[in-house]
Amino acid sequence: MSVRGRASLIGVVVLLTAVIAGLLIGPVRIAAADVLRWLVTFGDRPPGMSEQQEAILFELRLPRVIVAGLVGASLAASGAAYQAVFRNPLADPYLLGAAAGAGLGATIAVSYGPSDAFDLTVPVAAFIGALAGVGLAYALGRSSLGGRAVTSLVLAGVAVASFLTAIQTFLQQQRSETLRQVYTWILGRLGTAGWDDVRLALPSVVLAVATLWAVRRLLDVIEVGDLEAESLGLNVPRLRLLVVIAASLATAAAVSVAGLIGFVGIIVPHAVRMLGGGSYRSVLPLSVLFGASFLILVDILARTVAAPAEIPIGVITALIGAPFFAAVLRRSGRAAA
Amino acid sequence: MGRPRSILLALALALLLAACGADAESTPATGPTGSTSEPSPTVVFPVTVEGSNGSVTIEEQPTRIVSLSPTATEDLFAIGAGEQVVAVDDQSNFPAEAPTTELSGFEPNIEAIAGYGPDLVVYATEVGDLGTSLEGLGITALQLDAAATLDEAFGQITQLGLATGHADAANALVEELRAAVGEIVASAEPASGVSFYHELDDTFYSVTSETFIGQLYAMLGLENIADAVGEGSGGYPQLSAEYIIQADPDLIFLADTKCCGQSAQTVAERPGWGRLAAVSGGGVVPLDDDVASRWGPRVLELLQQIADAAIATEATAA
Repeated sequence: MSVRGRASLIGVVVLLTAVIAGLLIGPVRIAAADVLRWLVTFGDRPPGMSEQQEAILFELRLPRVIVAGLVGASLAASGAAYQAVFRNPLADPYLLGAAAGAGLGATIAVSYGPSDAFDLTVPVAAFIGALAGVGLAYALGRSSLGGRAVTSLVLAGVAVASFLTAIQTFLQQQRSETLRQVYTWILGRLGTAGWDDVRLALPSVVLAVATLWAVRRLLDVIEVGDLEAESLGLNVPRLRLLVVIAASLATAAAVSVAGLIGFVGIIVPHAVRMLGGGSYRSVLPLSVLFGASFLILVDILARTVAAPAEIPIGVITALIGAPFFAAVLRRSGRAAA
Repeated sequence: MGRPRSILLALALALLLAACGADAESTPATGPTGSTSEPSPTVVFPVTVEGSNGSVTIEEQPTRIVSLSPTATEDLFAIGAGEQVVAVDDQSNFPAEAPTTELSGFEPNIEAIAGYGPDLVVYATEVGDLGTSLEGLGITALQLDAAATLDEAFGQITQLGLATGHADAANALVEELRAAVGEIVASAEPASGVSFYHELDDTFYSVTSETFIGQLYAMLGLENIADAVGEGSGGYPQLSAEYIIQADPDLIFLADTKCCGQSAQTVAERPGWGRLAAVSGGGVVPLDDDVASRWGPRVLELLQQIADAAIATEATAA
């Protein structure tokens, strides 16, 4: 089997394992045999399982695992795509102002929206904010074309992010009673994930990830250089715009249901490069698979380590992810030597 | 790049102007003082009071008090020192006659505070070096930070009484509060053992019995489901939804009705919460976020509300 084929197989197995582990493990003990029987019968409650346990499984754990998977896949795939089009290994999904835009959107919704509709208004406002942030950065960075296109886009992203964050801080200072609400949201909120969030994120995530998946071969070309890609007949600005739109859509969907979760977008693509090679034909699919698995597994820790309390998931992604990445880095270094 | 830069410049200018405008508004002229109440005979100034920032000596009876703490504001008005208060922070929304301004206790603007010409500033949170900065301007600063116990909360009322020349009224209020607390605790005794979940926000942050608010429930003998969380949560753990559902508390107290628009209805609509005993049995109790996060005289209302709910639950169970 090819390296890529074997890596994909590992990816699928890991994802399935993560999903099942995500359903089995939680602060409330539910017998593993019951959970598995419930799964294979597609939701027939086995006699040993109480109604309460079934509710926990179906209304809390299952949607939470799905949301974690969608968010992880989105962040990792858009991170990988950004790294290709910006030719920058440190590019992450929040590079072009998506995070700052989402933060501002959420703050506006919390400050001025009706307080009994936050469940809906905050995610939607964050989604719009993330897209608006990237749109602004793109419009600003596009004004200088040619060889400096990539640099000016990244710089525009930095400027837009600082500007939007400044407005957010200003608003928060005006309405200090909203500080807590905004910060718990920003820290990540998989703890309240439900089917509503699945419905909210799924369409954008599927559309965006499918788009990135479809252009994954072109990412290899664009990563070499604008001139080289153009000499092969590629319309570089248009492809870059398409990738930025798709990646931003995925990021916005992720941010809207889960807040800001760092690290996944940078580390997962790099880890899978070591596993399956540097071609985007494998980096992109593997990022989707391992991004989803990684966040599902990390979320298991978030809800069990301090059970019955939760730990903000963003804290764990960094805490677990950094040493894990160091280990991968060492191993691949030794393999190459 | 000419055009974008000029736009940014214009925006920056606009923001700058807006900021200047805001400053001008929030810095009213130091006009004539309000009515000055007579010092009560029991307090002879200068007086030394104990604040969270140590011993504070107050030379004369303050007549221009600025309160940056909603709890201190409630205390001051409850002991009859309201007429000496010239400005309170933007979060001080009780009582209605409190002179609410745009001053912030979270992001205190020393200049704006000094603009009210205060002779005493009461605050809860030491942000930067608020206290020393005020002292540097010759303004007496008294910090009364979040009380850890009911005794501490009552102690702050006593200190404010001393500081403002209303020691008698303050002592009387504290005595009255203590007696009322005793009565409520006695009345609620049969309801001990009722379990509850106290919700701080809609991401399930809660309080353990270590906290000020948690102690109130403990005084009434209620069982806190958040106490299952071990040490190290700082008293304010974020609970797992599935744990709350499994714990199935008899009562759910919502201290997030204002911040997060929660109600018995929104709780019932949460995934998996519909079949909780508290939800189907009318045991979801909406609280006033403000009352449930302060440590002033209205703590009595809160205690009464908790006791009533616990007694009602016990009655239906029996």
